[in-house]
Amino acid sequence: MNLEFESQDPLVQYCLLLADNVLILGQRLGEWCGHGPTLEQDIALTNFALDFVGQSRLYYQYAAEVLGNPHSEDSLAFLRDVPAYNNIQLVEQSNRDFAQTIIRQFLFDSWHYYFLEQLQHSGDERLSAIAAKSIKEVAYHLRFSSEWTIRLGDGTEESHKKMQAALNRLWVFSQESLNPADYESELISKGIAVDLAQISAKVAQKRKAIFEEATLNMPELIPFFGNGKKGLHTEHLGFILTELQYMQRAYPGLQW
Amino acid sequence: MRTTHLEDNFQQKIDAEERIEPKDWMPETYRKTLIRQISQHAHSEIVGMLPEGNWITRAPTLRRKAALLAKVQDEAGHGLYLYCAAETLGVSRDTLLDELHTGKAKYSSIFNYPTIAWADMGAIGWLVDGAAIMNQVPLCRASYGPYARAMVRICKEESFHQRQGFEIMLTLSKGTPTQKAMAQDALNRWWWPSLMMFGPNDAESQHTEQSVRWKIKRFTNDELRQKFVDATVPQAEILGITIPDPDLKWNEERGHYDFGAINWDEFWQVVKGNGPCNQERMEARIKAHEDGEWVREAAMAYANKQSQKLTEQVA
Repeated sequence: MNLEFESQDPLVQYCLLLADNVLILGQRLGEWCGHGPTLEQDIALTNFALDFVGQSRLYYQYAAEVLGNPHSEDSLAFLRDVPAYNNIQLVEQSNRDFAQTIIRQFLFDSWHYYFLEQLQHSGDERLSAIAAKSIKEVAYHLRFSSEWTIRLGDGTEESHKKMQAALNRLWVFSQESLNPADYESELISKGIAVDLAQISAKVAQKRKAIFEEATLNMPELIPFFGNGKKGLHTEHLGFILTELQYMQRAYPGLQW
Repeated sequence: MRTTHLEDNFQQKIDAEERIEPKDWMPETYRKTLIRQISQHAHSEIVGMLPEGNWITRAPTLRRKAALLAKVQDEAGHGLYLYCAAETLGVSRDTLLDELHTGKAKYSSIFNYPTIAWADMGAIGWLVDGAAIMNQVPLCRASYGPYARAMVRICKEESFHQRQGFEIMLTLSKGTPTQKAMAQDALNRWWWPSLMMFGPNDAESQHTEQSVRWKIKRFTNDELRQKFVDATVPQAEILGITIPDPDLKWNEERGHYDFGAINWDEFWQVVKGNGPCNQERMEARIKAHEDGEWVREAAMAYANKQSQKLTEQVA
């Protein structure tokens, strides 16, 4: 089975956006397994990877049900190529070092938490149930990445420098989560998708507060031209999918 | 009390199946033996994360990816409790990690073999965790309390991993001929190293006799190896794959399976550092530790600043 993915259904596109975000970030965090700075952080990052893979499955399963046969959570994850992936570009950025991983995580969590808070009130019952389940995990992610941003930002001179460099580097990707794609706007008007305009102040406030406490300078906002939500990605995603999809591509159609 | 008297008391306690606790008197060699064994076990858990972690990004389905992540995370958790159990004997985790990184401490040699195929996730769960359980279940009754208690929890999780590994193998063996060949290939590569996990034959084993007397060990290497073979052969039959040992056959008289000679030259070479992945595994652990140094320093510096602030507030 090789699915050429063409569904334009906004609900499907939206589920894929939410699923792809967490799957790709989970995939990145999974790369840390066995290589963390201490055993405790190794466990935490692997645990977040596990949470994210679990969350992605809930969204993919829903999308697959909407699409019907022969779609499944696995066909959606493993048989779509780069242009059919809707994740924001932030999550595909490489781990590099613990500083970049933490900043990436905080930029994601500081959006994800407030996003899920609202998604719980979605007019779509299934999405609202997934949000209610996920937000418990995400509340902890946000606490962890906030605390580590502060600890490393306000730690040693060296850690401060690394964190500031990571923030400067990733800042350009910080706003995409707040810019709605066309399919998102359509669902916002139907009360299904989260109205991003409503959460943007909370997200900005949280980021400002944590960066301040971390003694990190928040760079000026940069207009963002990327559009991962519409399948336009950085060079990283192709390599991520190469690994992620290797088995299903090399041995198509088998049960594992 | 004279030392001999203390030693007699200690041995009496052990003979009476009482647990030795961290603050109890214990012979220095008992302490050292335990530190060696517990830390070796802890190191095995964290080095063991690497060969399986190798397949997290390539697991064939989302369900398998989640299960593998959970499994490797359990191993990290086991490492953590075991380091804590070792710390109750008066040695720090930093010291133990130094010993690992400098090659002074050993870890299970099985993890110096490469995981080159997805089927290896099945074979490791089924055979390596299966062998580990044989070794570890008796340790739940080990004489040293903190170790025994850590092992109770570890064994529960390991037996879940073993079933999970067997289930991966079962899925492959019920699959296409290609998948069945993958399962067979993994068994071919992991069978003999799994038998080596029980350590040298009893006649060659340096540590067994004293450890049995102290009830750190309950069975000898050869007894455990035999138990493992006896338990595993029927499982391979269910899978319909062949154990790569032409000498393997049921011995009616002994009531056990006979099996072929283990290549001990290979075992000792891998122990000495000449296995296929020894260098990579150590490099990965050392790199993680060195790359993490600035993180650990920063966390410490931040904690110090916070406690200083607190002191100033109180003053």
